[in-house]
Amino acid sequence: MFSMSEKELGKKWDRCLADGAIKLGTGLGLGIVFSVLFFKRHTWPISFGSGTGLGMAYANCQNDLRSFYLLHRSEKEQ
Amino acid sequence: RCVNCLSNSHSLSLPPALQKNCGRTPLTNLQQCRGGAAKVVAAGLLTVGGGIGGTVLYAKWDHKFRAAVENNVPYSDWLLGLALGPASQDSGLPVKKQVRMAPRYIVSVCFPPEECKECHGHEDTPVTAVVHPDTESPALTEPLKERPVEEVTAILAQQDQEEQDTLASVSASLEDSLASSAKATLQAIGAQEAALQAIARHTHKLKEAMEAEVPPEEKSAQWKELEATIADRTSAVTDAETALLKANEALNSLKSVIDESKGLKVSAVRPLVLAAEENLHNMVVDLDKVVTKVQSAESEAKVVSQYSELVNEAKQQFQREVTSLTPEIQANWKSLTGKLSADDLNALIAHAHRRIDQLNRELAEQRVREQIHIEASLEQQRLEDQKALEKAVSTALQHYKEDARLEQERKLSELREVMEAEMRTQLRRQAAAHQDHVQDVLKVQEQELRADAEQVLSSKLLEQETRYRQLSQEQLDNFTLDVNTAYARLKGVEEAIDSHVVAEEEARKAHLLWLSVEALNYTLKTADAEVPTMPLEGAAQAVRDSCRDNDFAMALASALPEESLQRGVYSEASLRARFNSLRSLARRVALIDETHNSLYQYFLSYLQAALLFESKQEAPPSQLSSEDLDPFRLLSYASYCLEHGDLELAAKLMNQLRGEARRVAEDWLTEARLTLETKQVISLLSAYANAVGLGTTQAP
Repeated sequence: MFSMSEKELGKKWDRCLADGAIKLGTGLGLGIVFSVLFFKRHTWPISFGSGTGLGMAYANCQNDLRSFYLLHRSEKEQ
Repeated sequence: RCVNCLSNSHSLSLPPALQKNCGRTPLTNLQQCRGGAAKVVAAGLLTVGGGIGGTVLYAKWDHKFRAAVENNVPYSDWLLGLALGPASQDSGLPVKKQVRMAPRYIVSVCFPPEECKECHGHEDTPVTAVVHPDTESPALTEPLKERPVEEVTAILAQQDQEEQDTLASVSASLEDSLASSAKATLQAIGAQEAALQAIARHTHKLKEAMEAEVPPEEKSAQWKELEATIADRTSAVTDAETALLKANEALNSLKSVIDESKGLKVSAVRPLVLAAEENLHNMVVDLDKVVTKVQSAESEAKVVSQYSELVNEAKQQFQREVTSLTPEIQANWKSLTGKLSADDLNALIAHAHRRIDQLNRELAEQRVREQIHIEASLEQQRLEDQKALEKAVSTALQHYKEDARLEQERKLSELREVMEAEMRTQLRRQAAAHQDHVQDVLKVQEQELRADAEQVLSSKLLEQETRYRQLSQEQLDNFTLDVNTAYARLKGVEEAIDSHVVAEEEARKAHLLWLSVEALNYTLKTADAEVPTMPLEGAAQAVRDSCRDNDFAMALASALPEESLQRGVYSEASLRARFNSLRSLARRVALIDETHNSLYQYFLSYLQAALLFESKQEAPPSQLSSEDLDPFRLLSYASYCLEHGDLELAAKLMNQLRGEARRVAEDWLTEARLTLETKQVISLLSAYANAVGLGTTQAP
């Protein structure tokens, strides 16, 4: 109904955090799994996994935050 | 072969054998060739010559052909002219000349109108007019002037009268003389007939007396009768002569009268003259006939009388001889037979014998001289016959001449009559033509005069009409002027009333408008802190309804933004509240824009916002410089404006935000714009409604 553009950022942050949490957890979990299963309980898959998760989350968050500008650019380019 | 030969013979470079051959054998060929060529040439020349000659001959005979040839074949006219002489052009011109001259002749003859006496002088001019038609006819017209009709008729009447008089007199005289001459002639004829009769009787009697052997007593009676007849005859002859003289006199007088009347040259007399002449001629002829008869009778009588004379002479001679012989015998015949003695008788017989001898001798002599005498007498007779013949011939010739002359005169008179009639018809025609011409001229004049009169009349009428029309127009104008003024006033009154009505209507409308605008204004106040106003649609519709015919108001009413109508607008307070939350957010994303929008930038911008402190409210300058475009500054300016109720300026300032801050504030800006728009429109409408209402309540 009433589109408030100032709330969008908050929404984005929400998404970002949620997504980050999920990804981190998933990465961690996967890392743990992999480390347990395949990598003889090394810690690097965990950190790798969590790092991957965090990284993905970071990238997603950034992308999400940038999405407006990217679209505009592509639209501008078009 | 001939051609080949010729060509071969002409060429120089030929082998001799061939030449020989050509020389020998084609000699005949050449000859033949030459002969053939000559024949052809001759035939051609003959044909051409024959054609030309034939053409020339035919052209000589037929002129149309000649003309056609001359037209179609060039130089043929030269040739034909050389051969035949120039073409005779007798068909065209002279006939035209005659035709042209003939009407002029008729015209110039008809020109002197009906005045015969004057015509004598002009009778010569038509002849010259024929010769010079062009020059003479204008000269003819000048000496003639148109005499007035009465004079002409008077002269004509006088002429007629004179003619009639002369005619009467001439006819009277002619009749008189005719009558007298006829009488005289008849008398003469009668007398001549009587003379003839007398002569015939006398000759008859004489013959009787000569030849009849009658006793002497009757002889004396006879002789007495004879003398009586002689006397008769002489008297009759003298009578006849006198009568003849008288008749001749009368005829001469008649002739003189006729000549006189002929000399008068009055045409009506001519038939009378002609008749008189004829009568005269007849009378003369009859007289001559009778005279000839009488003359023949006289000649016969002369013969008989001569014979009787001779007989008498012979008898007397005999008697003389007898008396000479017998002187004693008495001269009386009666005593002769009874009283003669034998001697006397013998003497008488001897005398008789001697006489007989003498007579025989005389007879023989006479017989001898007979021939001569006969010849002489024949000669005489011939001469007389000739004379008589000549006389008869001359009289016959005279009669014939007279007859012919009379015939000619009669024919002439007939012709003259015919000519008269024709001239009369021509004159009548001329008169008719003149009349027609006069009629035409009169008609034309009449038309002209009528046209003039009509023109004058029409001009006068036009004047009158224009004057009348002017007056009526003036009246009408005045009347219309009055009517117009009254009407105008009426109209004015009506208009005033209408305008009052209109003004009241306007006022009502304006009131309505104002009320609706007030309602619209009131709706703005229905906004709460966070809730926008109710949709302005109803109020706007009410406004639109109340200003249907007001374009300005309609425009304004339709200028309300759609969203405000559908959704309503936020109040200023809510916007202000919103702004506060917006401000902090905008502070936090101040660094983010198109280029700088990574998470790190976000972190930095958050850090900046945490660390930077600006004044909450700052009065914006009248003009923004480049350093004022810093978002923090702008936010503070906008906040200041908002605190002071200047949403517009705040919106303007917020519009200067760039990047993410701008994006964040976008909705707020939109809302602020809507609100501003709506407020503007409504304020305008209310102002307008106020103005209109104020305006209409006043007197117009």
